[in-house]
Amino acid sequence: MDEVDKLIINHLQGGFPVCDSPYQVVADQLGLAEADLINRIKNLLDTGLLSRFGPLFHAEQMGGALTLAAVKAPEQQFDQIAEIINSFPEVAHNYARNHELNMWFVIATDVPERLTEVIKEIEQQTKLAVYNMPKINEYFVGLKLQA
Amino acid sequence: MIDGVSRQLIELLQQGLPLVSRPYTEIAKKLHLTEDEVLIRVAKLKQQGIIKRLGVVVNHRRLGYKANAMVVFDVPDSLISQIGDHVSQFNFVNLCYQRPRQGDQWPYSLYCMIHGKNKETVLKQLDHLIESCGLQQFKREVLFSKQCFKQRGALYQALEKQQKVISNG
Repeated sequence: MDEVDKLIINHLQGGFPVCDSPYQVVADQLGLAEADLINRIKNLLDTGLLSRFGPLFHAEQMGGALTLAAVKAPEQQFDQIAEIINSFPEVAHNYARNHELNMWFVIATDVPERLTEVIKEIEQQTKLAVYNMPKINEYFVGLKLQA
Repeated sequence: MIDGVSRQLIELLQQGLPLVSRPYTEIAKKLHLTEDEVLIRVAKLKQQGIIKRLGVVVNHRRLGYKANAMVVFDVPDSLISQIGDHVSQFNFVNLCYQRPRQGDQWPYSLYCMIHGKNKETVLKQLDHLIESCGLQQFKREVLFSKQCFKQRGALYQALEKQQKVISNG
């Protein structure tokens, strides 16, 4: 990743235009050639610095459901609990955190009913209470991580 | 609200925007539409909020943001909008949500994610945030992530599955 790549990452976190030649528009703004911009984005995706490029969809608006959930996993069963929870294809972003509520994960489902089912199944299989914390409000942030 | 053509369009766009000079022409060809028709539909999806935004998702760990703190505050409901709006103005706050309290054991309502290059930086930023927004009065906890077990596009998988169900009738 060089300075130009950093410039591109920082710029694209601010959005990408919807028009017939969007790469040309952004390349002009950054003082790059269109082909260079396209190749660099490709490369940043290939090397994993960018995990996605393009439109990002709103799960709830699409009819799906999303929540943040947590459990208190006893230390001696921690790996086993993680394995059970991660085995659900609906579970993403499972993080261990330094608290009694030590396992935090996101559940995303195609329909809201499935979300309730997944929580129930996790509770049955782990014998733990799942704390269910779907968002009530989102406060807009610029989403910028300075490269 | 979303017709069959836009469903197909969403399905294609979930694979990412084509990395070619005229990305919407490439999509239009696959859907037997014109480039203009695709652009109008994309603009509409954005206006409806179905497309949240266009741009990139960065892999924060790969970018060197190794310290990830979830900071939670017990903010009274009457103040939460005002405080949420204020907190989200700080450029080191990467996400900010109101979530339901979970009884006395977990009475927190405001969640802020702070990604930083290291723990010290994150804690300094948090001090600054607390002071600037007058958050000293609220009960809080700071949860750093220790380990990431899983990070993948479950959301996109779920939505793809949903589209298959819809397109299969």
